[in-house]
Amino acid sequence: MRKKELSYQILFNVVMAAFSVLILLPLLLLFVASFTDNSEIILRGYSFFPHQLSLSAYGYIWQEKAQIFSAYFITIAVTFVGTSVGLIISVMYAYALSKPYFPGKRFFSLYILFTMLFNGGLVPTYIMYTRYLHMKNTIFALILPALLMNAFNVLLIRSYFNNNVPASLVEAARIDGATEMQTLVRVVVPVSKPIIVTIGLFIGLAYWNDWQNGLYYVTKPELYSVQQILNNMLRNIEYLTKNSSAVQKSTTLAGSLPAATVRMAIAVVGMLPILVIYPFVQKYFVRGIALGAVKE
Amino acid sequence: MKNKKVKIKRYLPVYFMLLPGFLYLLVNNYIPMAGLIIAFKNLDFSVGILRSEWTGFKNFEFLFRTPDAWRITRNTIGYNTVFIIVNLVVAVLFAVLLSEIHSKKAVKTYQTIILLPYMVSMVIVSYLAYAFLAGDTGLLNGIRHSLGLEPVSWYSEPKYWPVILTLVNAWKGVGYGAVIYLASILGIDRSLYEAAAVDGIGKMQEIRYITLPLIKPTVITMLLLSIGRVFYSDFGLFYQVPMNSGALIDVTNTIDTYVYRGLIALGDISMSSAAGVYQSVIGFLLVIAANWITNKLSKENALF
Repeated sequence: MRKKELSYQILFNVVMAAFSVLILLPLLLLFVASFTDNSEIILRGYSFFPHQLSLSAYGYIWQEKAQIFSAYFITIAVTFVGTSVGLIISVMYAYALSKPYFPGKRFFSLYILFTMLFNGGLVPTYIMYTRYLHMKNTIFALILPALLMNAFNVLLIRSYFNNNVPASLVEAARIDGATEMQTLVRVVVPVSKPIIVTIGLFIGLAYWNDWQNGLYYVTKPELYSVQQILNNMLRNIEYLTKNSSAVQKSTTLAGSLPAATVRMAIAVVGMLPILVIYPFVQKYFVRGIALGAVKE
Repeated sequence: MKNKKVKIKRYLPVYFMLLPGFLYLLVNNYIPMAGLIIAFKNLDFSVGILRSEWTGFKNFEFLFRTPDAWRITRNTIGYNTVFIIVNLVVAVLFAVLLSEIHSKKAVKTYQTIILLPYMVSMVIVSYLAYAFLAGDTGLLNGIRHSLGLEPVSWYSEPKYWPVILTLVNAWKGVGYGAVIYLASILGIDRSLYEAAAVDGIGKMQEIRYITLPLIKPTVITMLLLSIGRVFYSDFGLFYQVPMNSGALIDVTNTIDTYVYRGLIALGDISMSSAAGVYQSVIGFLLVIAANWITNKLSKENALF
């Protein structure tokens, strides 16, 4: 029996380890490619085992750092503002909904629930934000559309408040004469840190990784985020692969500009902050995802 | 009447807390819902949406007369069906294996790795795919070359893309599902396994007769959630990963990419908005149907 258990342990670990390696391979290829000598990639293509390593791609990025820094500034600013505002308005909405009673509670629950069932889609949204709210090429276009608040997050916070914050605690604060806002900030939020961190990370990740708002609403280079720069470079590859004459040009260009490796290096630079932070906050993501399946 | 006023006043702070979220949803969600009427109009911005001429279902007639209507419906539903099955099977497999592995450290490592792709944006995923698939410098053609095979022009060969997109989608999404199913397995009463061990039942039987039946409710809930979403597709997956390649459009065009192309690239708002309404309405009916079934099966997992 013991021996059998051991062989199962070995089998399961081998299978999971194999899958883990498979999952990591594409990321590894990106890393290695970004450190490969450009002429080798032109000659032999991307490979896990380059013959010649080089930092020239990163050197090139460093030369062009003004653009990258500006993009990082936009991404960080948008992520910071979007996450803070989004979290505050989501927590307030969720707290209100967690109250046992107030006139119109049912309306406000349905009001947010319905957004999970039905939506206007891209066309009216786009027309509204560009034609009527004139947000094209403004920083607001990166913060407001789609990402600021969603029903799913609000409902997760609400059920946490309902299940994990003792009603007696809220009641006691009210008896002590605390206002609703004071109760929320001083009593409810401090005992709800796990869900608030989790939802904050979800919102933050969505902002950090967002390229769609940039694609739809932004054409001004000063407002490019990291993801949008990456996206534009992808467009350039697209353009090169579509026009064979342009491909000719790109190979001559490749002499001075290490295009094949720079692409990969910029992708690495765009992904790096996530890779660095992720292992430390992984448990919050895991908790949040698991909560999503068993709400209420 | 007076009583009601007093009551409203008393709850004023609560309404104040709801206000910002209320306004945001009004602008971001509800006004665009009302904006769906443009699909029934001949949109003319010089007179505004409200005064544009009504055309009834004409835009829909045009849309459904094009071969695109069938193609985008087939692709959206077809891919989603395959994605749901593949991701479910792999995610449950991962979750079961992880739940059986004793070493906590190992489990944490595997879990961290399989969830990692979930953190990566679709634009970066497109770069990863490009490193494998690029015609001239891609890894796959490099391997083919060293095996003495002709290179394949991946971005212009539609026949490979159903497989490529399924793999990419699984790579990105399986970790998420595995976390959910693992949480569900860890919620199973341990005494069941202990009793089974006393009875001397084997590992495979234990998985088959305890683990899998007991996570069935979670599986069904997740399935119904995804069925409610089969009319929606991941725009990034179908637009960015194939690099918007025209040669692949037959197998990569979904409702979402069609709406985007119509709106931005082609400026064909009438067709695009008709496709949008088509998606919103059928999508809505599917969510309602899925929720209705969930309600019948397990009330606590239903959305409403």
